[in-house]
Amino acid sequence: MKISLTVNGELRESEIEPRTLLVQYLRENLALTGTNIGCDTSSCGACSMHLNGEAVKSCTILAAQADGCNITTIEGLAKGGKMHPMQEAFMQNHGLQCGYCTPGMVMAAISLLEENANPTEDEVRVGLEGNLCRCTGYHNIIQSVLACAKGGN
Amino acid sequence: MKNSSTTTRSQSREVLGTSALRPDGVAKTQGDFAFSSDFQAENMLWGATLRSPHPHARIVSIDPTDAWRIPGVETIIFADDVPGQATYGLIASDQPVFAQNVVRYMGEPIAAVAADHPETCRRALAAIKIVYEELPVLFDMDLAIDPSTPPIHPDGNVFRHQRIISGDPDIVGDVIVEGTYDIGMQDQAFLGLEAALAYPDPGGAGVELVVATQWLHEDRKQIADCLGMAPEKVRLVLGGVGGAFGAREDISLQVHTCLLALRTGRPVKVQYSREESFFGHVHRHPGRIHLRHHADRNGKLLKVEGWMKLDGGAYASTSSAVLLNGITHLQGPYACDNSRLEAWATRTNNPPCGAMRGFGVVQACFAHEGQMDKLAVALGLSPVEVRLRNAMKTGDKLFTGQVVDSVAPVARCIRETDAIPLPAEPAYGTGSLELPGGSGRTSDPSHIRRGIGWGVSIKNLMYSEGFDDSAEARCTLADGVATLKFATAEVGQGFVVLAQQIARTILGVDTVVLDAIDTQIGSAGSTSASRQTWMSGGAVDGACRLVRERLFEQVAHVHNLNPLQLAVEGTDIVDTLGPLRVPVSEASKGLRIEETFLHRHRPTEELDENGQGNCHVAFAFVAHRAVVDVDTELGLVKVVQIATAQDVGQVLNPLTLLGQIEGGIAQGLGLAVMEEIVVDRGVVKNPSFTDYLLPTALDAPDVVAIPIEEYEPLAPLGAKGVGEPPCISVTPAIVAAIRNATGRDITRTPVRPQDICLPT
Repeated sequence: MKISLTVNGELRESEIEPRTLLVQYLRENLALTGTNIGCDTSSCGACSMHLNGEAVKSCTILAAQADGCNITTIEGLAKGGKMHPMQEAFMQNHGLQCGYCTPGMVMAAISLLEENANPTEDEVRVGLEGNLCRCTGYHNIIQSVLACAKGGN
Repeated sequence: MKNSSTTTRSQSREVLGTSALRPDGVAKTQGDFAFSSDFQAENMLWGATLRSPHPHARIVSIDPTDAWRIPGVETIIFADDVPGQATYGLIASDQPVFAQNVVRYMGEPIAAVAADHPETCRRALAAIKIVYEELPVLFDMDLAIDPSTPPIHPDGNVFRHQRIISGDPDIVGDVIVEGTYDIGMQDQAFLGLEAALAYPDPGGAGVELVVATQWLHEDRKQIADCLGMAPEKVRLVLGGVGGAFGAREDISLQVHTCLLALRTGRPVKVQYSREESFFGHVHRHPGRIHLRHHADRNGKLLKVEGWMKLDGGAYASTSSAVLLNGITHLQGPYACDNSRLEAWATRTNNPPCGAMRGFGVVQACFAHEGQMDKLAVALGLSPVEVRLRNAMKTGDKLFTGQVVDSVAPVARCIRETDAIPLPAEPAYGTGSLELPGGSGRTSDPSHIRRGIGWGVSIKNLMYSEGFDDSAEARCTLADGVATLKFATAEVGQGFVVLAQQIARTILGVDTVVLDAIDTQIGSAGSTSASRQTWMSGGAVDGACRLVRERLFEQVAHVHNLNPLQLAVEGTDIVDTLGPLRVPVSEASKGLRIEETFLHRHRPTEELDENGQGNCHVAFAFVAHRAVVDVDTELGLVKVVQIATAQDVGQVLNPLTLLGQIEGGIAQGLGLAVMEEIVVDRGVVKNPSFTDYLLPTALDAPDVVAIPIEEYEPLAPLGAKGVGEPPCISVTPAIVAAIRNATGRDITRTPVRPQDICLPT
């Protein structure tokens, strides 16, 4: 089947098999491998990206369901060679180790701040509960999000 | 160093001791970092593995006819298609690449297929007809130890039996406490699923494999043996590693991927799903430990006696080394002369177990810390006091006869942890997400009781028992830029930033380029056993020092000075006895100095039949205090705070150190209250992240961490490995806190709701 969607500001028209998951479409058809697969069961959030401006897990959506939608992946955040402030905050605050959860975390964290620009630490914890990290124990991730909210690194 | 404090980065150069930023941070936050799952090749095929649904069965027949007929299938391979050695293994080569006549665990590989698409692979696997004759499942450790049980493998049902007898094993204490402890099977649960891409050389003369692993050279050796090739024909490149924690020390898809590529003459990629990952790698050994502690009236430990049984599952992996670590750490971080201990690692039809962060010591610590609390109660002492009265110090002798010559600030770890303020009393509103049970919102604040518990541990660093796990590194200095080459697997721990910090400090350069991590240099050993800061850090340090010596010789020659009076100060070379000051960038202009250094730790010995011998290299220590809130009606637990003081030697990067401490604590919390692979008669019941629960941001406790910074003279950088200690004694601390809150004598981990509210 044919789908047409906007990915990182670019209109993409593709012929896909109907069974294709959105994350497979992004990784295999468009070679946008920044979005990772960690569990296949929407438990870990490594595949989080923005669908019409909201963070969703792309392993449980068919690419066909995203037809006509506007998608932003981790690769689409940096503008004019400048990192998104959330990416900068994760880097400066050691909000990552292996980095596998990082793209999904960053996408979820941006979505969180769009809903609540100045969250408390507890609100950040609640907001990121759907994204697993196995390396950091979450502390530096939460510090990264709080630092970004405060506008500093 | 408190987790909630704001980080202010120093504007100074990112040398040792600063929280230098990771060089891979930009790529990892932008989605540009290439994990092993991200690699693709022109004309690439996909591979997949057929696995046994039974824990123990005879393979009566295999019929792949229908699978071969599926369009897009390029090859199907079985045990007979393995050209070299039919088996592999880290210590004993006892695990078949593909099962031949019998399968010994659920998920054991039987065949692999290469096809044009992952879906074609799955259809082909489903079309392979296999007739099994199910065999009795050996799932019990005691039956495995019983010599009358028929062996399920030609090598027998016991991987290792070891005893330790020291001092006066017949001494009897004034106070005796006894307990039996059970530890569940934990999964490393790294997020980055197993993936590899193999490129065959023209004519099949060799192969290159991009893979996420902990130890490139050991993988290469095992792959080459199974392919029947010389090791130099097999080249490994580290694909980005999405966490490891021990699960990438063994072979999983490496041999299968290479075989498929060589057979088809095309690049082949294999990538596991989460479910397959649970079957594709080894887990932490479950076990049962029985201990009897003897003490005098003053609380001084007199003797530890008892036994330990660890279930290694179907194949050897590192079971014998895990068992050594287990039995030699049953003593805990406490001085004691007398012991009588016995331990077995068994082979069963359960999933194979091997390395996971803590490596046998997690199990031992859960038991010895339960015992220390029992001793405190029997003596009328506090948990802190009983531990302080027995705290090990430098110069003490272990049950093995080995003298602890590492820095050993055990009492200081306990005292500094004890001095950390306790968290505020709970003030929960109904439905608060902070309540035990989190977003389940079922907990009732009136049922909540708070508890406090302790755990203290000792952990060996590096490999043991005579193993030479050396590490090699190369440093090249040219025009003020240092380039480092090593085969050290960066799995997330941050060795890449440490290596740069070392080079900047030693050489006075700012730009440090890291060459590809691959097998084009000697082995760095495994990224495990808390060893890379010490071993690969020592190798990078050594290579940089050799380069600096040659640079000093050049500068001394030009300026007619003695090179011994030169030193690096910031980014300059200075004459310590005169006015000369020349920037390193200038001094190295037009030069190219290259040196390679092989770092070895001091030799160790195997244990004798009574468990005597200097088997370990060095030790690190840590204390944990846990505060928990327990809903006693529902059996739900919220870990409120973990206070910890850890013996780390010299601090080299405060923020990466804190990241190791906090991450390790979260994994230890998982083993305490959440994480268990449920196995019923060899059948895995929960191979998914829906049913195997990992700590989330809401489960992670407040962590207050104090690094105990005492320079370790044995270590090349004065720094101890810090990766494993955080996850070891936090588990018994949390379980002790649950005992304290509930009054229940809980003896197994993870603690399940029924262990709290429905005790037997």
